[in-house]
Amino acid sequence: MTDARTTRPDPRDGAPAGPRDGVGAGMLDPVSTAGPRWRRPRLRLGRWSAPLGLFGAAVGVLWILVAVLAPVIAPHDPLAQDLPILQAPGEGTLMGTDALGRDVFSRVIWGARVTIPLALLLVVMSVLIGAVVGAIAGFFGRAVDEVAMRVTDLVMAFPTVILAMVIAAALGASLLNAVLAALIVSWPAYARLTRGLVLGLRSSNYVVSGQLLGFSPLRSLGRDIAPNIVGPVLVLASLDIGTAILLLSGLSFLGLGAKPPTAEWGSMVSDAIQNFDAWWIGVFPGLAILTVVIAFNFVGDALRDALDPKSQTIRGGGTTL
Amino acid sequence: MSTSTKAVRSPRSRGGRAAHPFLRYALRRVLTSLLLVVGVTLVTFVLTNLVPGDPVAAALGQRAAEDPAIVAQFRATYGLDQPLVVQYFTYLGNLLHGDLGVSTTTHNPVVDDLAKALPATLEIAFGAIVLSVIIGVVLGTIAAYRRGKASDHVLRVVSLAGLSVPTFWLALVLYYVFYFQLHIAPGSGRLSSDFTTPPTVTGLYTVDALLAGQLDTFLDAASHLFLPVLVLTLYTVGLLTRFVRTAVLEILDQDYVRAARAKGLPTRTVIFSYVLRGASIPILTVVGLAFGSLLSGTVLVEAIFAWPGIGSYAYQAASHLDLPGIMGVGLLIGVMYLLVNLIVDLLYGVLDPRVRLAS
Repeated sequence: MTDARTTRPDPRDGAPAGPRDGVGAGMLDPVSTAGPRWRRPRLRLGRWSAPLGLFGAAVGVLWILVAVLAPVIAPHDPLAQDLPILQAPGEGTLMGTDALGRDVFSRVIWGARVTIPLALLLVVMSVLIGAVVGAIAGFFGRAVDEVAMRVTDLVMAFPTVILAMVIAAALGASLLNAVLAALIVSWPAYARLTRGLVLGLRSSNYVVSGQLLGFSPLRSLGRDIAPNIVGPVLVLASLDIGTAILLLSGLSFLGLGAKPPTAEWGSMVSDAIQNFDAWWIGVFPGLAILTVVIAFNFVGDALRDALDPKSQTIRGGGTTL
Repeated sequence: MSTSTKAVRSPRSRGGRAAHPFLRYALRRVLTSLLLVVGVTLVTFVLTNLVPGDPVAAALGQRAAEDPAIVAQFRATYGLDQPLVVQYFTYLGNLLHGDLGVSTTTHNPVVDDLAKALPATLEIAFGAIVLSVIIGVVLGTIAAYRRGKASDHVLRVVSLAGLSVPTFWLALVLYYVFYFQLHIAPGSGRLSSDFTTPPTVTGLYTVDALLAGQLDTFLDAASHLFLPVLVLTLYTVGLLTRFVRTAVLEILDQDYVRAARAKGLPTRTVIFSYVLRGASIPILTVVGLAFGSLLSGTVLVEAIFAWPGIGSYAYQAASHLDLPGIMGVGLLIGVMYLLVNLIVDLLYGVLDPRVRLAS
């Protein structure tokens, strides 16, 4: 299973169009030849993916602004239970009130302060841990590599949400533990990616000649290899922010993240289960999650087109893992 | 082990020697999977023992926990005075006997709870995986064929959006719209209250109802399946579409496909006999992965539909911090996931001789 895993293509390596195959597009139309169609996909790509990325970036920045300015924007205290309960949207409040008489709009606004920074922190930490472990494993190989890869095997033997759920439950329900659990399940992807890239670069001529000149391993890794792996790692990280938000809010939805009074989107959706007819309790926080995640995913997708040369030239076939 | 007999029958491996590589390949996969199963139990064991708070105090109550004699007795009875390694082997032995502990919420043995809940989850999981593979393959192939055209980009944006939707929220919205507002979908649970459970054969209500010849029960069970299956399908179809697209693009670039097109074969023949066949390995991979995300999805979705499967059980256990219950679900899903990936790996060997010969 180990070997199969490493050779399996990365499902996230899916979409972006590249200039490689005007052939693929032209094939359907028997009259056309591959030649004249060659450059077209790239032009179209620029037309489609950059605006989506920009749109995503705009929405993402907007949400970050909302998070920063929450105390100014929110009309009510997100925790105060001083409004009539289960009021529909429009009857005095923008998004209605929940079963405890709290303003849903204010809670959605304040919720941005919980999930977004934690998701960013989570991704940064996963990248740091994963990249360091992966780089060491790939560069020095042998026992370190073996141990590190077996640990990642173990983590990847579970579906991520399930393992995160199990760990969060064992650690005890709190937001910090949820982040810790999410961290444990998300660093291996970076370790695998970094290891693969380092492994490929380690024996390349420029690194080897550097070593022949007497460069220390640290210099080889830091100055020769690192610059060449930043791109793919960044792409994976940018696509992971959305996943991190979904994972953290999912854990909170299960009651394994934010504790009750906290205004957190996932647990707000969970509150709605008890009050199905008051749709606004769950719909608005969920929309918040959806828009943030879509925004970051669009940015990540555009970033991949721009940064990851692999996805365009030798894309597919498991080149990133 | 039907896979190995298949390999023996395949024309290439008529002699015993030729069958050998596949058997060796299969054996290695089975062994690594078994190792990972041990790893999975190790994870749940370590996590169970990581619980903050003394299990002795939790089990005995505060008063009894202050009496050293009772505590020592308790620790000896449950083997808590043994070294961790011994405890792990006791734990493993218990697992092999089907002892996953007792749930602190339902007060039933976790094994019994899971056995009761599993068919309900399998029913929606099967439905969702079949549906999403069909839709994913169709959409992914379309996107690959229409690469760079508007429909490709629309599909790309849609599948990306699909990957961005919080499943539990989607479930809530669809339930609200189809049940509360439009009254199209039936309410929660697996059957309406005026139907009786069909005689249990497989545990899947739709299949059991058909086997018993109860058509109206079948229809009711199927209508209850509709929303949960729809949500899980939408959850996995984005992943599948993107992946199938990449796989098909890869194959479209191959010389043999170009040759097939050049000699004027109908597009349908090219797609089904050449392209999808060539892309079957990567597609199979992602089906295995999609199954994992589907199992995660059930945990986040079932509670909303009050669907009495392992997902609802996990939700209930998680919200009550019922550790044996959660570990049981984690273990079950972990093992199921490994099993599916093992099957996928073995199918590789069946579908692609290069895989089994390479090693």
